[in-house]
Formats: sequence, C-alpha cells, structure tokens
Amino acid sequence: MPLRRAVPFLSVAAAGVFALLWFVSPSLFGQARAPSGVQLPASYRAPRLADGRPDLNGIWQAFVTANWNLEDHEAQAGPHPELSGAYGAQPAGQSVIEGNEIPYRPDALAKRNANFQNRLKADVSEDKTWHALGDPEAKCYMPGVPRATYMPFPFQIVQGTSQYVLFAYEFTSATRIVRMNWQQEAPTDSWMGWSRGRWEGDTLVVDVTGQREETWFDRAGNYHSDALHVVERYTPASPYHMLYEATIEDPKVFTRPWKIRFPLYRRMETNVQLLEFKCVPFTEELLFGKFRKQAAR
Amino acid sequence: MRHRVLVVFAGLVIAVAVGLVSPLAGQAPKKYNAPKTPWGDPDLQGVWNDATSTPLQRPANVGEKGTLSDEEAEEFQASLAHELSRDRRDGGNAADVNRAYNEHWMDARRLKITADKRTSLIVDPVDGRIPVLATVSPERQKIRATRAEAAKRFAAGLPEDYTDMSWPVRCVVRTDVPPYLPTIYNNNFQIFQSPGYVTIAPEMIHSARIIPVDGRPRLHKNLRQWLGDTRGRWEGSTLVVETANFRLDEGVLFQNANPATFKITERFTRVASDSINYEFTVEDPTTWTRPWTALIPWTKVDPGEQMFEYACHEDNFDIVHFLTGARLREQKGER
Repeated sequence: MPLRRAVPFLSVAAAGVFALLWFVSPSLFGQARAPSGVQLPASYRAPRLADGRPDLNGIWQAFVTANWNLEDHEAQAGPHPELSGAYGAQPAGQSVIEGNEIPYRPDALAKRNANFQNRLKADVSEDKTWHALGDPEAKCYMPGVPRATYMPFPFQIVQGTSQYVLFAYEFTSATRIVRMNWQQEAPTDSWMGWSRGRWEGDTLVVDVTGQREETWFDRAGNYHSDALHVVERYTPASPYHMLYEATIEDPKVFTRPWKIRFPLYRRMETNVQLLEFKCVPFTEELLFGKFRKQAAR
Repeated sequence: MRHRVLVVFAGLVIAVAVGLVSPLAGQAPKKYNAPKTPWGDPDLQGVWNDATSTPLQRPANVGEKGTLSDEEAEEFQASLAHELSRDRRDGGNAADVNRAYNEHWMDARRLKITADKRTSLIVDPVDGRIPVLATVSPERQKIRATRAEAAKRFAAGLPEDYTDMSWPVRCVVRTDVPPYLPTIYNNNFQIFQSPGYVTIAPEMIHSARIIPVDGRPRLHKNLRQWLGDTRGRWEGSTLVVETANFRLDEGVLFQNANPATFKITERFTRVASDSINYEFTVEDPTTWTRPWTALIPWTKVDPGEQMFEYACHEDNFDIVHFLTGARLREQKGER
C-alpha cells in the first residue's frame, strides 16, 4: 500500500488503533467523541474558516474494503483468476454496517445475489435494458452516494465561505455540489444526487435525495431503488481524520434505515493532488467492443 | 427554465445599458474594485455563462473591422442569429431533420454578440484569425490522417469501432478541455474559492478543475492528463492560470493541437459584479506559427438558475445506435 506508506507513521499507527476500537465498540462513536485510550482529543475542535465553520478542506480517502462489500467478506479470487491471477482478488474485510448486515426485505435479497452473479456482464444492445446488468463501477458510471466516499480513490472537499461546498471525486471525475441550508428539492434525479447541507456543531450533515436508481453500493451487488435517501455526517476527529457516517433509507428495498461508519484519512503526501481517473476509455471495450466491424477491410 | 433565461437576458441588457459591462477587450475599467474573499483573494465566485454568437474568427464579410458601430452590430447579430437558429425550415430535408434538435434545447444566449460589439473572439492577432498553421511533421501528419479517416467514416454513418468517434462523442471530455469555448448549450461554469485554491466546475462534463494558487510546483512532465495540469497565481485582481501536461492522445485539444507542445494561459478578471473577462492565449509552435489570444465575456447567471449535473457516458445510447446502424448498413451492402 504505497499510499499508506507516505502517510506519517504515527498518524497511521494512531489510525490503526482507532480503527480497531471503532469496530470493537461502535456504539462509542455515536457522537464526535473518541473513546478513551485513543490518542485523539476527547472533543477535537477543528480549525475554523473565516465564517467560523469547521474547515473540512483537503483530500480525503477511506481505507476500508467496503467497495468490495459493505458487509463482512472473506478473501476470494477475482472474477477472472485465469487472466489476472491474484491481481483481481478480493481482500477480506469487516462489515462497516451498524449491526453487521443490511436489513433487506426478503424479496429484495435475491436481486442483490443476482447482481453479484452478473457483476461483470454488460448488455447495452437495447436502450430499455441498457443499465440492467453489471456493476456500474465496471461500466464507469458516476458512483452515487455513499459509494463515492469509499471507493479506492481520494476525493477533495472544496469549502469556502459561500453557500456551496464542492465535493470532487477522482473516480470518473465525478463531482457534486452541496448546497447549504437549501430549501429547493431535487429538480430531477441525477447520478450523484441532490445534496443539501447543514452544520450540526462541528458536523457537516448532508442530506442526499434524487439519486438515479441504477447505482450500486458495492461490487457485491448491494443496491437500492429510486426511493433512496442518504444522510451523511462528516465530523472532524483530528487534523488527519474525519468520522464518516451515512444513514441509508429505502423502504422499497430495506425493512428499516441502516448506518455505515468508518474514518476518512487526510492524504498527507507533499504536494498531493487529485488526479484524473476518466475511466470511460477503460470500459468501452466491455460495453461497445461487440459492435465493432468484424471483417477486415 | 426558459423564463429564467429571459430574466438573465434582461439582466444582461440592463447591465449593458448602464455601462457595467467592460467596453474594452482585456481592460478592466479602473473604477471597478472586485470584491475580496475573507482570506483576501479577488472573489470570482458564482455561476457564469460564456455563450455568445460572436465567432471565434472574424468572418470574411466584415472586412477588417474589429468592432462595429451600433447599427452594424445590430445587423451582424441578426445575421448570425439567423444562421445559428434551429427554428428554421429552409435548406432542404437533411438540414431540416438536423434542426429537429431545435431551439428548445439550445442556449438562447448564444444568439447575441458580445456587448463590446466585436467581430471575433480572437483579439490577437489583430486580424481576428487563427494564425497560419505550422508545418506538421510527417509523423504527426500520419496520425492526423488516421484520425481524419475515422472522422470521415463516422460522418458517413459507418463507424467501424467506437474509436472512430471523437472524444466528446465518447463522453471522455467535452467543453471542460481548455480553452473554454462557447457551444450550443450548457455554457455554465461555477467558480468555487477556498484558501489556496480556485476551482472551476464546467457544466459539461461534470469535472472539477482544482487550481492551486499557493505556488506549489506543477506535476512532473511524466504525469499527463486529458485536462492537463493547472497552476494559478494572482496578478493584481486577475487570476492567471497556466496549463500543460496534456495527455498524448490525438484529437482532444483544439484544432488537433499537439499535446506534447501545447500550452495555454488563461486570465480571469472580474470587471463588474456580473461580468468576468476570460482571456486565453494558446501557444503550440508545432501547430500554429505564433501564439494567439481570444477574449470571451462571462456573464453571471441569475441565482435561480442553478448548475445541474451533466451526465454523458452513463446514458450514451447513441454510441450503440451509431455502431449497430453501421453494421446494419454493411449487411445491406451499403458502404
């Protein structure tokens, strides 16, 4: 993990202890408080911008394996071990979900399992079924929220003192504008949704509605419907960490709202910047290769 | 949406009437002091629109005139609007079918010339034209010819592969590649500022150009991106932005400029509360015989007109329509 190597050692060590305790006793993290024994101030007060709001500017990244599966997952071979060997293999990971499992409605679970089976298939030959098969990540779609937060790519928060906070993600150069204290509802659905923010103390709370139903939560096929409602909480926990929590509600797919939680780490490399991962050219062969002219001229 | 456009238009007209919009290319009126952010940078924030009917290059029929009188400007604008309008039925069946994608979908602001009544967006050279092209190396001639063949197949409705389509058609890049040039719609740019950064989010396609203005070094030349790598600095109240390190793919840059040698400098100057002068200079000695500069006014849009996500690739059904259509035509023996 060269990314981690570049982070100051002490910061990583503290983060490791922190992450461990996090999973052992998640209930301690209901508030912005860190549990006793962790080398973080009991109530960390973030630096302020000119308007007195906590300064969340920076490049952040999650270091969980939730993009493989939000739930507990064992290490396993990738989808094409005959091509990629151990390259594409899935690491083991602990669930980031409060209560460990996603509360699917009984009729909804089958679709998750089918999604997983079909995760690397794509059939765009008909407009009407264009989105039906395959993980949207593999097809280079904008990932939606909360998945954008825990993909294995950094994102940058651009926060000034206006009523707009920009979230810019490296993956497919997706962006979303968080409109602070905003009344207007989503004009229509979009891939990254309609984000409205507010401050609760030092926590940036972002209410996300109007998301397209076709995005997934992870490579395991966990999914949602067009009724998805996500409430995110970003709480500064140290100069190098934020606590991330998202409450996910979708009565068409889940029996009750559920929560995910993990820390976000500040990228600390000298002169680190968000780079470009415009992935359309990397998925065109999967999507469009079969429509190529076959016979040589 | 359309009534908002009208409101913005009305605002623009009023601004012009009371002389708020800069009359001179590249020169901020001395009396206007741009507001500052709390941390002391000139404040460029807002949603801005760069649509105009003023062509990049001066049309032959206006002769050598760089700016027009009121009367001439009115005629010039009417003539351009007529040419650009998609709510016309003349010109035969093919033109008519093409214009089925009519004014309803277009940015009406693109039917007005610049407030300073220029005949071209290019201000240097003074003839308002792109300079003479440089001699292209045999190697690049070959690359360009290959691209031209692909474009020809696509235009004929017979693309052999998705790579026959242009980068914008494939939704890899669109109007987010500098220089920012006006187009038929989605001409909005939202500027965000935070300590040490200016960030420009072009509406099409949903990318953010996060520009450090803190003096940090640029990326090493080995690391290239389709949108390049950008650094900014303040010169008085002007944001000066330099971009290089463009990825070495053919056809991404304006006029198929050479990514290995292309460099662009952009200057953003707020000249009124509702107006930014956007001036860019491009240089690429392997494409043009000299650098050239254009000036495009950006107008602040009504606060009610919010930027909205512009997705492209996710529903790019037409890629498949183009390819399956071509396969069908081949089966029928058309080629």
